[in-house]
Amino acid sequence: MSQKDGPLSSCRVLDLTDEKGLFCGKMLVDLGADVIKIEPPGGDPCRNVGPFYRDIPDPEKSLYWLSFNTGKRGITLNIEVSDGRRIFRQLVERADIVIESYEPGYLDSLGLGYSDLSQINPGLILTSISPFGETGPYKDFKASDIVVMALSGYMSLSGDPDRPPVRTSFPIAYCFGAAGAAAGTMIAYYHRELTGEGQWVDASAQQAVASALLNARMHWDLNRVELKRAGPYRVGLSAQGKQLINFRCKDGYVNFVMFGGKTGAKTNRGLTQWMESEGMGSDFMNEIDWDSFDMARVSQDDFDRFEGDIERFFLTRTKSELYEEGSKRGVTIYPISTIRDVFEDPQLEARDFWQRVEHPELDATLLYPGPFVKCSQTQLRPPSRAPRIGEHNQEIYHNELGMSPEELVMLRQAKAI
Amino acid sequence: MKQALEGVKVADFSWVGVGPIIARILAHHGATVVHIESETAPDPLRALAPYKDNISGLNRCAYHACLNDGKYGVTLNLRHPKAKGVVERFVEWADVVSESFAPGVAARLGISYEDVREVKPDIIMYSSCNLGQTGPHARFRGFGTNLVALVGTTHLTGWPDRMPTPPYGALTDVIAPLFGVSALVAALDYHRKTGKGQYLDLSQFESTVHFLTPLILDYQANGRVAQRTGNTSPYAAPHGVYPCKGHDRWCAIAVHTPEEWKAFCKVIDNPDWTKDPRFSSVLARRRNEEELNRLIGEWTIGLSAEEVMVKMQEAGMAAGVVETPGTIQDNPQLKHRHHYRALEHPEIGLHHYDATPFTLSKTPCDLKMPGPCLGQHNEYVYTKILGISDEEFVALLGEGVFE
Repeated sequence: MSQKDGPLSSCRVLDLTDEKGLFCGKMLVDLGADVIKIEPPGGDPCRNVGPFYRDIPDPEKSLYWLSFNTGKRGITLNIEVSDGRRIFRQLVERADIVIESYEPGYLDSLGLGYSDLSQINPGLILTSISPFGETGPYKDFKASDIVVMALSGYMSLSGDPDRPPVRTSFPIAYCFGAAGAAAGTMIAYYHRELTGEGQWVDASAQQAVASALLNARMHWDLNRVELKRAGPYRVGLSAQGKQLINFRCKDGYVNFVMFGGKTGAKTNRGLTQWMESEGMGSDFMNEIDWDSFDMARVSQDDFDRFEGDIERFFLTRTKSELYEEGSKRGVTIYPISTIRDVFEDPQLEARDFWQRVEHPELDATLLYPGPFVKCSQTQLRPPSRAPRIGEHNQEIYHNELGMSPEELVMLRQAKAI
Repeated sequence: MKQALEGVKVADFSWVGVGPIIARILAHHGATVVHIESETAPDPLRALAPYKDNISGLNRCAYHACLNDGKYGVTLNLRHPKAKGVVERFVEWADVVSESFAPGVAARLGISYEDVREVKPDIIMYSSCNLGQTGPHARFRGFGTNLVALVGTTHLTGWPDRMPTPPYGALTDVIAPLFGVSALVAALDYHRKTGKGQYLDLSQFESTVHFLTPLILDYQANGRVAQRTGNTSPYAAPHGVYPCKGHDRWCAIAVHTPEEWKAFCKVIDNPDWTKDPRFSSVLARRRNEEELNRLIGEWTIGLSAEEVMVKMQEAGMAAGVVETPGTIQDNPQLKHRHHYRALEHPEIGLHHYDATPFTLSKTPCDLKMPGPCLGQHNEYVYTKILGISDEEFVALLGEGVFE
């Protein structure tokens, strides 16, 4: 096992997921596993999920697909026909992990559920990823990102009070669930390597997102206080009142959260001095003793006055100036980054985060996120291009399973591959 | 029942969010974890609401408790000259050491990777911080609430005609640990097979950006800078949350295909407006979405959110109640999944903890102990786990090492 290949270099994963679970296999690839993405003949339906390269809808140009299948090998296989199931069972014999995100019970109905697969391979880990879990009253509920964000309670806390709650405009619930699935799979894998025993991992996106309620849920649990969405304001930090935490600045928006006491003193004092030194001092802020500043005793009027003075200053500076210069002065101000800002972020650049992936089929080179953690010994595998439809059929079916060209033609005609 | 990580030992010097959550997930699956704090610098989370009966106090804070359950809690003043010997005993005992201070602080406290590796060359150590251990911004201060802005999610949340609104709280604090656990358990497996330890540098920023990769590629390929779009989706209409009976009650509905639209119209009793050409296709409905949502709202407002959800789901539509912090613990699905586990905390009393978002069929998740009070397990951990003699324990105690 060489360290370059990552900690899972001897691990084989069969990936049957769609958008609900692709990210789990992607994380296992990064950790070094040999992940084989199994698509139905003609390609996976989530190849139709946009955005697309040059906005051309094409199953080989889905940027969503390319993002979450980096480094996987790809084969086509129809597990709904008996020849396909036979081949799948053959693949399961030599696999360590199977990941799937079908509707709960679907694999069972094909005779490929955990009880069936564990008979073929007792050490196998089956990881099922679903919106709500494999059991329970909602297990058969139809879902999409917004529905999981709703039923997890998370979106109730985002958005302006005079409008409905909002979700984040790009879906994250399924990645959340799939990342949880990867963590669960790794724990099961550790156990498997130690004892030889496989098991069934059942990951729920709803549960993963619900965990993000954090102290909002705890406020209710302990004191029956319910936090509400408050637009660009934040509630729950001070006894009364709401504080603006998203401010306008010269070229967009920044995030600035005022804390009381020792936690906030350095930032609050630094900002007060900075504003003063630029001739934009706030009489009101200049008079405050920040070390004893108590959020619980600040009136809403006072907050409103701070906010006005602070925003006037922020409007004279860019996001980047406030972030960089602020940090030098011990003032914590963060940019509300656009995707362009994220892509151009100096910290990510300095850490060589973005990694080049060649796309000869698109005649392009694209930069992808690099390792999600930097490991000193078992470095994560850098991203490489996602597979084209059936790209590795020959490699797997012929080279590995030893099927003859005639057999492959027959299976293709039988719509098995 | 046996648990997957039984026998794994973690000396958890981390604080606030990501570091403690990683260690907590390991504890849920059987690892022995000691959360190490100091009276001289308690975990800052202990100073954040909510508190039992709204009265502040280091041991009355649910936020800290809920991110550190399953762990023993000890205090150790790392700035005390005699702390070094105790740290060494922790490292000798542990398989994993964690810290989550601002980069550079661990070295000053004598618990950097170089320090602990000297004691135990095959130790696994993870550091989690906002932006990674290296780079020009490594030492920038900030909380998870700042990170959601930096990573791009705040800009993408809210209405196009209004300011961005932050996704609630410290989202990255909950996402990053899932990456951290995956890599850390892989490192444990690698250690078991090769005897080699290592150092893991987890940046919340970097791990969370992975969720937005398609938008990063969209920017490069198409020059598009993704914008917040309220609750709309490019592929579905209706797609949003709709007002229901009661105060501030809502139900999310997503209609993707023509078949679903037909079924949707049937559920709402095929009112005349559904035949209007303005709503005849998904593209037409997207163009007239504001009016569409208003008309749907007129129907949903007459029903409870649960009724809307059930009617839609029965007709095969994706729909779900917008649960709130006040309703989530009663959600029937989460109840069935035993997602919230009640534990009796010595000062807070009975309160609820999130289980891990996955279940393992043979080695289950178990929440065994509430979050520890500050220094609650000093005597047990120092004498029984680390094997410090009673005399030495009393002597060190007297000298203030365990403050």
